[in-house]
Amino acid sequence: MAGPARRRLAPYLMILPGALWMLAFFLLPLALMVSLSLQTGNLVDGFRQTFHWQNYTDGLSIYGDKFARSLWYALLATLACAVLAYPAAYWIAMHGGRHKSTYLFLVLLPYFVPFVLRIVSWKLVLTDHGPVLGPLRDHGLLPADLHVLDTGFAVVSGLAYNFLPFMVLPVYVALERIDPRVVEAAYDLYASRFQAFRHVILPLSLPGVFAGVIMTFVPMSADYVNAEVLGGPRNTMIGNVIQSEYFANSAYPLASALSFTLMAILLVGIFIYARALGTRDVLEAARR
Amino acid sequence: MTSLNRPAAGRDAGGRLDPSLLRGLTRPRRRDVLRLLGAAGAGAALSACGVQGQGGKQNVTRSDVEKYWSGKSKAGRLSWASWPGYMEDDRATLKAFEKDTGIKVDYREVIQETASWFGRIQAPLAAGQSIGFDLMVITNGIQLDRCLQLGYLAPLDHSRLKTFAANAGPGFKNPSYDPGNAFTIPYFSGITGIAYNTKYVDEEITSIAQLFDPKYKGRVGMMADSQELGNFGLFLLGVDPEKSTPADWEKAAARLRRQRDDGIVRKYYEQDYIDAVSKGDVWLTMAWSGDVYSLAGPNVRFVVPKEGGTIWTDNLCIPKTAVHPVDAITMMDWLYEPEHNAPLTEFINYITPVPATRDLIVEHARNATGEEKKDLERLSRSPLVFPSDADMARLRRYRRLDRDEEARYQRIFEPIPKGS
Repeated sequence: MAGPARRRLAPYLMILPGALWMLAFFLLPLALMVSLSLQTGNLVDGFRQTFHWQNYTDGLSIYGDKFARSLWYALLATLACAVLAYPAAYWIAMHGGRHKSTYLFLVLLPYFVPFVLRIVSWKLVLTDHGPVLGPLRDHGLLPADLHVLDTGFAVVSGLAYNFLPFMVLPVYVALERIDPRVVEAAYDLYASRFQAFRHVILPLSLPGVFAGVIMTFVPMSADYVNAEVLGGPRNTMIGNVIQSEYFANSAYPLASALSFTLMAILLVGIFIYARALGTRDVLEAARR
Repeated sequence: MTSLNRPAAGRDAGGRLDPSLLRGLTRPRRRDVLRLLGAAGAGAALSACGVQGQGGKQNVTRSDVEKYWSGKSKAGRLSWASWPGYMEDDRATLKAFEKDTGIKVDYREVIQETASWFGRIQAPLAAGQSIGFDLMVITNGIQLDRCLQLGYLAPLDHSRLKTFAANAGPGFKNPSYDPGNAFTIPYFSGITGIAYNTKYVDEEITSIAQLFDPKYKGRVGMMADSQELGNFGLFLLGVDPEKSTPADWEKAAARLRRQRDDGIVRKYYEQDYIDAVSKGDVWLTMAWSGDVYSLAGPNVRFVVPKEGGTIWTDNLCIPKTAVHPVDAITMMDWLYEPEHNAPLTEFINYITPVPATRDLIVEHARNATGEEKKDLERLSRSPLVFPSDADMARLRRYRRLDRDEEARYQRIFEPIPKGS
């Protein structure tokens, strides 16, 4: 009988569709992009493989400041997310009672509204003579030349707003999984509320924060919509550059090189971050 | 976590405030890149040794035309890609066309800027796939040149364009960018000048230099299109863009960069400047003449600066991969009938390629009353819709660029709106 053989094959068969999918739609394009990033040429005459590594150095030297700005904006927005999300997640997990799922739903509610509509409504609210800035300025509470739209502040706020649930949910999951008896034990051992939080709850929730940071920081660094809609000429992020090099300039090699540079920066950054935070602990804690 | 994923359209929507987005159409997505590469994988465009060049297809012979049009017939349907503000809000022209010809038109305002539009259609056209549109409006300039060089447009069968031949104004036939109207015929022409909001600007705006005035710091809008932007930089220096040299470009770019770095420019716009200037986020901005009448608020005024303005032509053309090309060319010809063109001109307020339209507008004005009469009378006399010879003398086209010049021009001006 083919029983044991089939049993041995089963896991591979189960992974096959997913693997083929990844191969066709992720790895293959990725390989082609690597190849493209080393080519030279233009759309009309065609592109040739010349192993033109200069695409990478050119990209970094022309757009180095955009890389730096993207990482900086993503960092600020991630911090904002963490500061906003942690107390909210804590409150839902610890004091949400039987309405926990309702509160979580409320966190997610804005995300049922299409993304574009949310961004457009920001534009309507933050416009210079709109409902927020208009009255404040009319009452002399704001300098006449202050504006919010088309600034870095608007971009960072937009990023933080749009990625907030990706921080709330992992932090919530981590907090929710903390065994209440562990916290009780801390109190039994004469820990103050702050000490219990500092030495028990916070360390146990760190894996959630870790996951949240990765889930927000990485896509934020590559985001281009927020900078495009809410930013001005001095708030361009690397995502905007890649987008326009690809779609407006048809400079495929340069755009690919920029994409891979960003990918490399993020991978290295996250590796260092994981090391600094102690991957072993995080993974162990997450595994429980 | 699947349920947490944000809507795909939102995540990838790559745009500025784009009305077409609200109607469910999306801007370029990363997926399009994959499609390009997918096509490449199929051997259509890219191989390990590179992407095949596709240049040199702009020459067309009679047999090309016959080959393209043979066996194609009317389908009764047509989808048309256009810009916002280029058709009456009630779509009266499209309804009249349907009544006349039985062809139903799916009209979409999906084009915000020529470069981003080209980026969006390039991959499917290179792969020989339909872009979902049978008729599109594309401005003369770099991207149209590229479409022609790459052979992306259907050669026009002039035996089906009799009305065009009879009614097009002399300035609209045989343009330098498309000799013999082999691939395009004009839809409308317009002028790039300055729009300003009189609620906030309390002086008269007459000059491009005012766009560079530090007192309007953070209140000036410029256009993101490199040809539009470049032309204004050149006008400011007193250089005729059509005769400009690379040295002029460098000087103009330096000036534009300074304007940006001094914080005078609030933002570089595609078509969305109109919203910003109407609301007062920017007080004065580069603008397209007709928009100011058809889209802007009542406080917005348009001027052709004394240094000069840019005249451009938006052209009707058929992507080679169109599914309903016969219906598309029928529409192109139909629009050249003055009776069909007049209502459109009355709404759009750009320069019509059908001069006989003016008599009809004058006649409409005579029969109208009140506000509408005033509007039509103004329109029939408007120098922006029917420019005088003196006005025309102040207007310049984009510089024609050969391929090397184009690369150079783009390298100089293109990074400015991106903050580089």
